[in-house]
Amino acid sequence: MQRRPSRVLAASAATLTAVTLAACASSDRDSGGGGEGGEAAQSGGTMVFGAAGDPAMLDPAFGSDGETFRVSRQIFEGLLGNEIGGTDPVPELAEDWEVSEDGLEYTFNLRQGVQFHDGTEFDAEAVCFNFDRWYNFEGLATSPSASYYYQAVFGGFASTPDAPSIYQSCEATDESTAVIRLSQVTSKFPAALALPAFSIQSPTALQEYDADNLSGDADALTYPEYALEHPTGTGPFRFDSWDRGNGQVTLVRNEDYWGDPALLDELIFRTISDQNTRRQELQAGSIDGYDFVAPADYQSLEDEGFQVLVRDPFNILYLGFNGGNVPGTTANPALQNPQVRQAIAHAIDRETIVNSLLPEGAQPAIEFMPPTVDGYAEDVTTYEYDPDRARQLLQQAGVEGTTLRFYYPTEVSRPYLPDPAAMFQVISQNLTDAGFTIEPVALPWNPDYLNAVQAGQADIHLLGWTGDYNDAYNFIGTFFAEASNNQASAEFGAFSAPEIFQALDRADQEPDPAARTELYQEANRLIMDYLPGVPISHSPPALVVAENVSGLEPSPLTAEVFAPVSISE
Amino acid sequence: MTAMGDVRRQRIDELAARAGQVPEGEGGVSLVKSAFRRLRRNPVAILGAVIVLVFLFVAAFAPWLAPRDPLAQTLLGEVRPGSIPGPQEGFPLGVDQLGRDLLSRLVYGSRQSLLIGVVSTVLGAVVGMALGVLAGAFGGRVDTVVMRFVDIILSIPSLLMAISISVLLGQNQYALMIAIAVTQVPVFARLLRGSMLAQRESDYVLAARALGVKRGRIVFGHVLPNSLSPVIVQGTLSLATAIIEAAALSFLGLGDPDIARPEWGAMLSTAQDFLSIRPGLAVWPAVCIIVVALGFTLLGESLREALDPKFRR
Amino acid sequence: MLRFVVRRLLQLVPILLGLSVLLFAWLRALPGGPAQAALGERATPEAIARYNELFGLDQPIWVQYLRFLGRAVQLDFGSSARTGRPVTTEFLERMPGTVELTLFAMVFAIGVGIPLGYLAARRHGSWLDSSAVIGSLLGVAIPVFFLAYLLRLLFAVELGWLPGSGRQEVRIDATHITNFYVLDGLLTREWDAAWDAFLHLVLPGIALGTIPLAIIVRITRAAVLDVVNEDYVRTANAKGLSADTVRRRHVIRNALLPVSTTIGLQTGLLLSGAVLTETVFAFGGVGSAIYDAIFARDFAVLQGFVLMLAVVYVLVNLLVDISYGLLDPRVRVR
Repeated sequence: MQRRPSRVLAASAATLTAVTLAACASSDRDSGGGGEGGEAAQSGGTMVFGAAGDPAMLDPAFGSDGETFRVSRQIFEGLLGNEIGGTDPVPELAEDWEVSEDGLEYTFNLRQGVQFHDGTEFDAEAVCFNFDRWYNFEGLATSPSASYYYQAVFGGFASTPDAPSIYQSCEATDESTAVIRLSQVTSKFPAALALPAFSIQSPTALQEYDADNLSGDADALTYPEYALEHPTGTGPFRFDSWDRGNGQVTLVRNEDYWGDPALLDELIFRTISDQNTRRQELQAGSIDGYDFVAPADYQSLEDEGFQVLVRDPFNILYLGFNGGNVPGTTANPALQNPQVRQAIAHAIDRETIVNSLLPEGAQPAIEFMPPTVDGYAEDVTTYEYDPDRARQLLQQAGVEGTTLRFYYPTEVSRPYLPDPAAMFQVISQNLTDAGFTIEPVALPWNPDYLNAVQAGQADIHLLGWTGDYNDAYNFIGTFFAEASNNQASAEFGAFSAPEIFQALDRADQEPDPAARTELYQEANRLIMDYLPGVPISHSPPALVVAENVSGLEPSPLTAEVFAPVSISE
Repeated sequence: MTAMGDVRRQRIDELAARAGQVPEGEGGVSLVKSAFRRLRRNPVAILGAVIVLVFLFVAAFAPWLAPRDPLAQTLLGEVRPGSIPGPQEGFPLGVDQLGRDLLSRLVYGSRQSLLIGVVSTVLGAVVGMALGVLAGAFGGRVDTVVMRFVDIILSIPSLLMAISISVLLGQNQYALMIAIAVTQVPVFARLLRGSMLAQRESDYVLAARALGVKRGRIVFGHVLPNSLSPVIVQGTLSLATAIIEAAALSFLGLGDPDIARPEWGAMLSTAQDFLSIRPGLAVWPAVCIIVVALGFTLLGESLREALDPKFRR
Repeated sequence: MLRFVVRRLLQLVPILLGLSVLLFAWLRALPGGPAQAALGERATPEAIARYNELFGLDQPIWVQYLRFLGRAVQLDFGSSARTGRPVTTEFLERMPGTVELTLFAMVFAIGVGIPLGYLAARRHGSWLDSSAVIGSLLGVAIPVFFLAYLLRLLFAVELGWLPGSGRQEVRIDATHITNFYVLDGLLTREWDAAWDAFLHLVLPGIALGTIPLAIIVRITRAAVLDVVNEDYVRTANAKGLSADTVRRRHVIRNALLPVSTTIGLQTGLLLSGAVLTETVFAFGGVGSAIYDAIFARDFAVLQGFVLMLAVVYVLVNLLVDISYGLLDPRVRVR
């Protein structure tokens, strides 16, 4: 009897706070004379956002795909976050941090007074609980399909002595100080901690709902209750429900958020895999925004009064070569000849590709990372469009008309590659004009295409990468670091170029930022001399929202935060 | 007989039974000849035949009829995301999203689309007929085994079957043809078996058997030729289905991986992305598919009527 | 009658066994096999090898088949590679949507098709007749997905009359008990939810129903034309029965027999037509799940869904056979 009235009181108090805050926010906006248009930010309402796919599940530690991260980013926070609208890591749950001289010990000073959605206190113990959780994954959780990002940054696990981890320990020296020790310097740390995969999750909920208990049979991983029904973080939105039949994840505002609370009452991510359907649903008003706008629609949507939010290009599309060093594959050995590789590079008309196929703001690429990343070199060897030169080179190499099996993915739109079929056809025509014979191979993106290409089955293939954080190694290290025995990955035909591998290693382990930048520039020059593939373009992907939506800041990392978003009427 | 597909079977069997029926009162004129005479008087049949012939002509003489190279990305430089050059001098229907002449692509596309339709139907018909002959000629256990197998295939809805096969064989145009062919196999198998069973009891077979003619000769010399007319009817109708099904598989992303090669189904499904900018890119291939399918259907239906004694009034 | 039904049910067993062998063989024959489920964007071959080892796929093939069969009998088809949830759960969750859609499409096709076919036959040779014939030919010739796009572009986007995707407006707070959304709305007296779910059926239902509509018009017309010329109709007319009675007792009843066969056949086929329609309309049913599974290479889902759909298809046909037996006494004699 006692409790009912008090709950009503609490609810109305919460509404009051929200209203007051909204009032503040709008007055800030007004006095700032912002260029955001007239609408004042209002609290309340529901926003429905059209996603291209379902999240795999909602425990970001097991996530590696954009749709999982899109949702979990709203529920969770990490020690570090990303600067809004940028690529640099900024403090989030950690207020600041210090690095020891040798670059091996990080001391994080944590934000105080933060609570998880289940009421658990956020403190140094909770941070260390999470780090230890990752390090102590066992069984299926150590499979690369489960914990990709942990392995990419830290290496192995406590349970895999043959693949040691560079993580050593996490110590809670007091309630708000966590000290993390590594066994090796790496340029990925601490920037990588801004990745959703390293979100700090509620230790109570993790334990209660059996978060590490991945099961599964030969066909698939089965995720525990935690990842499906009880993801618990500190973020501005709380998980409410997930209707899998209809592909809808519903989040609600976290009233007890430590910072400025979210303006929306409810945020719904609805899966609409077809790009056309997404557009028409927005036009019909049943969703308020969607991601992966087709380049063809940028203009027409704007003309209709929608807001197309273009992200800065923070990605690379490339055509990868495979000279056939990979045992068990039969790639075209002609690609081992630098002249043939150069012929391909000269054959591709990147200007036309950028102008005709990619959205406005796309740039032709001269190396394998975007210009905004530290370590980008202006003075790499370039290969301009010159079909005659391409034909000549091919003649000199004596392999005119050689057949290239050209792999491209189907039914997928990537931020760096909005329309793979069109890209394939144009490049394929370019190469045919230069005297190559093209044998097309089309495969569905995941897993067939990725598996085939990464196993070295293609002669040439289209692939790319959107950066996870501002770090050169995240681009060129991912592509060209030594995979094993002085060889690059199978994707690039396991080519052997020790000078590139060493340059990358040296740069990654260099603690001084200025020196590191120079080392990465050198690596870029070496790579473009060797030419393991042709960098093609950096393309600006976009999202679109309805006219009455404000506060959504496009992120080059495709890591948009919905807390400041509001919707009028 | 098993339960499933009974209904579908009945229709096939009805068609099959007609082969056994000898036309009355048309002494001396063969079934096919008289059917052909009726066809010539049927305007619907003529319309169907004209459509089919026109498209076959276009397909055969595509290189002479198409104004341009269907692969040349001539106007690619003028294409921008969100704007595709429209009809203009030298490009009567405009160009596609990669600056290629739409008319030339439609003309060449007829080749690929008809080829897929014809090859898959012929393949389905040949394999189906072989199974049907096997079952019809030997009967007994062979019949049971073959028909059980056919029933299993028949119990999977055809599009699901085609999808499964395309996924299995990977994405290439042969897989596409095989996938469509497999869905046609049971139809032809039942058709031929049914019509052979219908004739087994007919007078001329009994007479031949009484005269001591060998089984092989009866089957291949008498029964099979007389069973062909329903197969031709079904084949004509199946061509329409095959062309539409090929378009559906292209739409599902299971078509020819060499998407530069013009094919109506693939052109149509790609054009969905540009429906608001240049609807013609979708409308023209759609019209081609519809008209050709219509042509085969009209022809097939009139053939069916021509062969059906019920309609000979 | 009971014996008839039991016999038919027993005959399903060998068919289902055959199907399971086909589907199992199909799955194992796939390049890479089932273990190559979704790995990350940068998984190395070693990672794939490790994945295989973790899942232990090294038993002989017949052991794997028996295991598969044993689980299939208990309706256990493993878990989806994409969502990690049991395939059967997903199927049961999505089937109601497809059933609703199929029902709508069939009601539309029958409700429009039979009267139209009947009228066309009654006014044989009129403009109505010719346009019904032409329309029914076009209806079969138009690719379903293209029709779906056109319908959506016109009625959902340009005119804004009807919803163009999904099963229900997400902003409506609806309670779902049975996952038949229209039914749920009625059961919980959330009238707006029921109405909204119904509106969401209209466009995909029409797109899906077009082919059966065309066929039903054609068959009805032909059947009525046939029956009108039968001797017993002539006799009835000669007897001086009123035109109305002849129509009801003799013409319509007899003409409906071939029509009912067609209806049954088409209902089964709609289940696969739903793959295209549901995909275009982002309708959360079985068909769109199959489409998604193709591209996610989610073989557990593909295998389970195709097998279960085949079973549904077989059962629908069985029902049709039984009802056909009820309608036409001659059939039972066979």
